[in-house]
Amino acid sequence: MMRPFRRLMGVVPVRVSMTVNGSTQEHDVEPRLLLVFYLREVLGLTGTKIGCDTTSCGACTVLLDGESVKSCTIFAVQADGAAITTIEGLAGADGEFHKMQQAFHENHGLQCGYCTAGMVMAAVSLLEENQNLTEADVREGLEGNLCRCTGYHNIVKAVLAAAGSGR
Amino acid sequence: MTTVLGQRLLRREDAEILTGEAKYVDDLAIPGALWLALVRSPVARARVRSIDTSAALASPGVVAVYTGEDLMGEWAAPLPVAMTTTPDQKVPAHYPLTSGTVNYVGDPVAVVVANSRQEALDALAGVVVDYDELPAVVDLEDSLSDRVVIHEDLGTNASYTWPLQPNEAAVDAAFASAAHTVKERFIQQRLIPSAMEPRGAVAVPAPFGGTYTLYTSTQIPHILRVLLALTLGISETKIRVVAPAVGGGFGAKLNIYPEEVLCLALARKLKRPVRWTETRSENTQASIHGRGQVQDIELAADENGKVTAVRVKLIGDMGAYFRLLTPAIPILGGFLYHGVYDIPNYSFSCTSVFTNLNPTDAYRGAGRPEASYAIERCMDSLAAKMGKDPADIRRINFIPPFENGHPTAAGLSFDSGNYEPALDKALEIVGYEGLRKEQQQRRESGSTRHLGIGLSSYMEICGLAPSRIMAALGAVAGGWESATVRVLPTGKIEVVTGTTPHGQAHETCWAMIVAEKLGCSPDDVEVLHSDTAVSPHGLDTYGSRSLAVGGTAIALGCDKIIAKAKAIAAHQMEVAEGDLEFANGAFSVKGTPEKAMPLAGVAFAAFQAHNLPDGMEPNLTAETSYDPPNFTFPFGTHVCVVEVDEETGRVELVNYVAVDDCGNQVNPMIVEGQVHGGIVQGLAQALFEEAAYDEDGNLLTSTLADYLVPSAAEMPTFVLDHTVTPSPSNPLGAKGVGEAGTIAAAQAAINAIVDALRPLGVNDVRMPASPQRVWAAIQAAKGA
Repeated sequence: MMRPFRRLMGVVPVRVSMTVNGSTQEHDVEPRLLLVFYLREVLGLTGTKIGCDTTSCGACTVLLDGESVKSCTIFAVQADGAAITTIEGLAGADGEFHKMQQAFHENHGLQCGYCTAGMVMAAVSLLEENQNLTEADVREGLEGNLCRCTGYHNIVKAVLAAAGSGR
Repeated sequence: MTTVLGQRLLRREDAEILTGEAKYVDDLAIPGALWLALVRSPVARARVRSIDTSAALASPGVVAVYTGEDLMGEWAAPLPVAMTTTPDQKVPAHYPLTSGTVNYVGDPVAVVVANSRQEALDALAGVVVDYDELPAVVDLEDSLSDRVVIHEDLGTNASYTWPLQPNEAAVDAAFASAAHTVKERFIQQRLIPSAMEPRGAVAVPAPFGGTYTLYTSTQIPHILRVLLALTLGISETKIRVVAPAVGGGFGAKLNIYPEEVLCLALARKLKRPVRWTETRSENTQASIHGRGQVQDIELAADENGKVTAVRVKLIGDMGAYFRLLTPAIPILGGFLYHGVYDIPNYSFSCTSVFTNLNPTDAYRGAGRPEASYAIERCMDSLAAKMGKDPADIRRINFIPPFENGHPTAAGLSFDSGNYEPALDKALEIVGYEGLRKEQQQRRESGSTRHLGIGLSSYMEICGLAPSRIMAALGAVAGGWESATVRVLPTGKIEVVTGTTPHGQAHETCWAMIVAEKLGCSPDDVEVLHSDTAVSPHGLDTYGSRSLAVGGTAIALGCDKIIAKAKAIAAHQMEVAEGDLEFANGAFSVKGTPEKAMPLAGVAFAAFQAHNLPDGMEPNLTAETSYDPPNFTFPFGTHVCVVEVDEETGRVELVNYVAVDDCGNQVNPMIVEGQVHGGIVQGLAQALFEEAAYDEDGNLLTSTLADYLVPSAAEMPTFVLDHTVTPSPSNPLGAKGVGEAGTIAAAQAAINAIVDALRPLGVNDVRMPASPQRVWAAIQAAKGA
């Protein structure tokens, strides 16, 4: 009697394994655990942020098998078997910035920094999908990521710079 | 002399953010911490009949559940208010948890303490509160009528009436003899500041010594430390407050919130670390809102369009209680309703009322956007009434250029101003004449896509604040800032500041000031801040004050360093002090530059202390506390160009030009970033955002799905330029720029929309000017 109830409540742990920033991770998690909490609280990768509870702000954006997803919108169990990249895994092994990180730095595309991880990951994915980004593409492509500091001006400039840098 | 100031130095803050290493409050790993979750009222006004916590206490992982009554013994004082606007200001009792009544949706009634975040949240449903619902007050004029008195012990809903009416007879006479008058009512809707990082706090008791560290997402660790000591009865010496990385504030983190007080109180009670992280829907309901005013404003003008008087009556929406600065906000704007114009007769009065809504407080601009909006909207109304161009009516009325003080009709003294060049520059960049021609052509062709051009020659008050003026306004504390400059034995420099950055790049910019003054590389300078154990004195960051006050404190600290170092250098070099000059980081004998001693050498000598002048203290350290003699008054002109579709009411932003004057700039890249972000918050008020409540006081926009913070897709690229009118108020000549964009933008957009639609008979559109509202305004005008 107790056990199915506990299962319904989502408190009976489930095994998940995934590759996060290149290293294999395997844990027992509650089925209701969101991917963002798995990353932040189980793996300690706190670079990925939580800014809302309605999948509106995009602060939690990570790459799942190379595509941007909002990690507050999927459960950790749904990422079973996937390869996840977070902001901590973006720079090269030697610590060299990814060209998107470099472009955000050079174009003052961040202020308080809270949206930055999600914004950068979304931009990386956007550029992956479209090598010939226009300003309109960038503005539309980042629609799901909110920033309250920069007015987007320098974020758009940064993404266009990264798109044009050819590195 | 090196010239570091004015360079577009890239930010030293970026690397740890871009790699995900920066730690915000919720990122901190605190072993053994208990988690709080708050039970919040789902109704706007009620008596609480009973609270049953038994089910919550039985919930897994729950350690304790407390109601307001359970914790009354924890408080040494109610939650504080730092402003007494009038001697008879009415202040409702306000504690971290309510007892007996609730007064807004989100009002905290109980707190669950559990071993994990999720267990605390899960247990919330187990706290059963029996509410006896009472009629709620949500409308300002309804509140003013006292039909329902919210706080019965106060006897009325009006907290205070604050007049600034130097000469009513003269104002009356100006209106009596006016050739033209304008009378408008504007509604400043409530806004949700919406920093991307929700708030959070964690209180950690030290294993011994009875001390506590509170890590909290705040703009004001220094002020908070004082307030926590007073509220909790803990010695200030036992409290350390740290603001780690803070994800934006915009005024909403310029406060002492119940959750911060609860974390510390319960850490004391339970002898464990206690933490809480806000959800977004808690943020929208119960972190402060901004704006919330009804503005009645009248202008009197002579036959040439010269404005002779302005009269303003406000009703300010305080919400259910006061937070730290709630009553002060409308008053901050009370000095600015004449804008940048030479208006000799001034009358302002504000009555502020309680409502059964979330308390309001400072949101980017805080009183000044409202003032700038009202006067700039009215200048356009006057121009339209007289058939004049909006640019011309502004030129007729600008205060003529001045460099060192201009007394205003509202009783302040503007520092420096030169308003027309900013207007000229903005009009030239936007191509004003061409736009007016195109507008005319479209009108003649019968196009339903109307072009509108909106001007905003804004004015703000920054550099908060001269302490004596703050005292005269009823503020509990003044507005000085402190700095410590230490030149270490190796020549590296530590600067301790009382400012608290949360996105403003103080580390980068303060290092630039030191590099300029001491002739070193910015890389040699470490900036320490936001931790009361490291930086004990400060008044923190808000009101565009950090550079003008905190930056000046650092510059003056550097002057003290140079003075002391010069005495040591002269002693060591065996020359008279008067024979030495300081340039490029070294003291040299005038006319004999090869005889020199670098500052680093002086610092080492001061550390060695083997050979200092008699009576001189060792070490090369200087402390300053700087109290500014005056505010600073940045200004500028923004021009917004819109296209309005008559058939759908849709507004498209076609172009936006901003010419700002914040005096001397330390780092233009940072200035521009502040302006960009500020403009978007102003445009968001004009076009998208409103904290909308229903008639029962339920917040209809409690998520970011409903509250329309604009995304990149809704915003254009901005065209920025500037003029430079240095401030005489501080040696840097700096004025501040953190709020400028927000203060300027809303009226530029609404003026543009009304400008587009005036031929249709539209004279106003209420904010936010959604397509529906614009369409309705067009229909109403057509039907009229």
